[in-house]
Amino acid sequence: MTTTIGADTTRRPRRGPGRRTAIALFLLPALLLYAIFVLFPIVQAVRYSVFKWNGLTPLTDFVGLANYQRALADPVFQGAVQHNLLVIVLSLVVQIPFALGLALMLSRRFRGRTVLRLVFFAPYVIAEVITGVVWSLLLQPSGLADGLLHAIGLGSLYQPWLADPSTVMLAMFFVISWKYFGFHMILLLAGLQGIPHELEEAAAIDGATRRQAIRFVTLPLLGPTLRVSVFLSIIGALQLFDLIWVTTGGGPINASNTMATYMFDWGFKRFQLGYGSAVAVILFGFALILALAYQRWVLRRDTEGAMTTGGE
Amino acid sequence: MTSVSSPTTDSAARPMTAAARPPVPAAIRLGRIVSAIARYGFLLLVAAVIVVPIVYAVLGGFKDPAQLANDAIGLPNPWVVENYTDVLTDPSFWRQLANSSIIAGLSTILVVLFAALAAFVFARRAFPGREVLYTLFTLGLLFPAAVAILPLFILVRDLGLLDNPLGIALPEAAFGLPLTIVVLRPFFRSIPTELEDAASIDGCGSFGFFWRILLPLSRPALATVGVLAIVASWNQFLLPLVMLSDESHWTLPLGVTNFSTQYTTDTARILAYTTLALIPALVFYLFAERQLVGGLTQGSVKG
Repeated sequence: MTTTIGADTTRRPRRGPGRRTAIALFLLPALLLYAIFVLFPIVQAVRYSVFKWNGLTPLTDFVGLANYQRALADPVFQGAVQHNLLVIVLSLVVQIPFALGLALMLSRRFRGRTVLRLVFFAPYVIAEVITGVVWSLLLQPSGLADGLLHAIGLGSLYQPWLADPSTVMLAMFFVISWKYFGFHMILLLAGLQGIPHELEEAAAIDGATRRQAIRFVTLPLLGPTLRVSVFLSIIGALQLFDLIWVTTGGGPINASNTMATYMFDWGFKRFQLGYGSAVAVILFGFALILALAYQRWVLRRDTEGAMTTGGE
Repeated sequence: MTSVSSPTTDSAARPMTAAARPPVPAAIRLGRIVSAIARYGFLLLVAAVIVVPIVYAVLGGFKDPAQLANDAIGLPNPWVVENYTDVLTDPSFWRQLANSSIIAGLSTILVVLFAALAAFVFARRAFPGREVLYTLFTLGLLFPAAVAILPLFILVRDLGLLDNPLGIALPEAAFGLPLTIVVLRPFFRSIPTELEDAASIDGCGSFGFFWRILLPLSRPALATVGVLAIVASWNQFLLPLVMLSDESHWTLPLGVTNFSTQYTTDTARILAYTTLALIPALVFYLFAERQLVGGLTQGSVKG
């Protein structure tokens, strides 16, 4: 530490090939891991999808786009896509507004607020598997849901929620919301805290009611956070797997299949890896469309500010 | 209850404005109290919907199957502790707990270390192609891991890592890189350049600065991404489901699903197993809630 300053500045590794190598070495581990386990498999999925393949034999039986045609023509797959879309729509129309309402309530100070926030967010750390097991026991005949309805004299309303094709997706959506509304609430709450209090006060001074202040001041300013919430919700709904697989396995009679459970079923239960990969690529296509829309619609607007101010 | 209605008149709490305001008519005051009660009622109802299933699982574990079937709501009578003691004396439960911990530890160390190294140069070095590479990583945020699960299985099989903790930890770490890098980069950027200049004058190279100064200063951010990685790994189901066939390597989520299909009729036993599998996550949550919330909101809201 006692070297002279003059000697040091001459060998500062700031320029030239040495500096380049240092940067490459910093990047290498992450880049390698990412390339091998994320990028390469995605490329492979595209390759496998044009073969008929059981995963064991050499990859020789080229079938072109037949796997895609087969998937798109399969009513079970179409049903799976519809179920994913249903969850997306319900999330946007029910779950996020619900989370927003709670976030607005919890954004003001009152007794018990911290505990409520802790409780609402707790299901986020509970594994989907555990959530699924507990809820499937709750919803089964003579489970807690049944018992509660009987206790309040509404026993006749009881449904075998998970065993009836017409109610199973609604029940699943309820469980999904149980697990995830707290997450969206937390995001929106953080967004709300970023909005200066003075703006709402100014609106109040100008004679706006609380409702008007929310509608015309708070919500527009919350736009970026809402868009992130919407986006994450859609991505989550697209890859829905654990909860369904554990609770219903996609049944009854395929009534709760999603693209991911359908893919898993064909890929790992029936060992048609080529066909399963085609399904995966279709799922990837949905995510890609979403990602591009997100790039155009959200990232450009939101991160520009965040990035330029973030670095100060 | 008066303290409840005070937030609605936040500005009124300040002495200046409070004095200037006319007294609130009784009817309006009553309306505020009613709306406060309604709000509390609603919030408590939502909280009950969250808590009741968990309490049901905990209490259900203390019942026998007949009690569960006949009286789903009531308290256990008598309390049956066997379900819990059976699980706690079952070596496979502890093995699954250990496996889950090993995998979570491995994948967390990998993802935090690798992402920190990359985030360092993304944040503090200018080099051609930096933004392209960074975007390549952020794109990973947008793609579900499920998309790649079939080729991942083939890859891990060909690497000979099936039934091996690394077969789960490596892909988990890889898919965790985007979020970790996105959270760490702005944090690393906010550390003053003067500090690095001073370190460099003292003969500290890039890695020395990174390892001995940047990382220790970034402990809060590292804790945040570490917590996110632990939770993600702990709850991971698809990867272990595909990669682990040998029971001795199973993780807790696999154990829970297997247990629940094995004892379909003995609901109480399943609830006991599930409760015990749930406890580590909830305890962890109580201690790490702040990091978790901080990480998730930084990662997506980028405040």
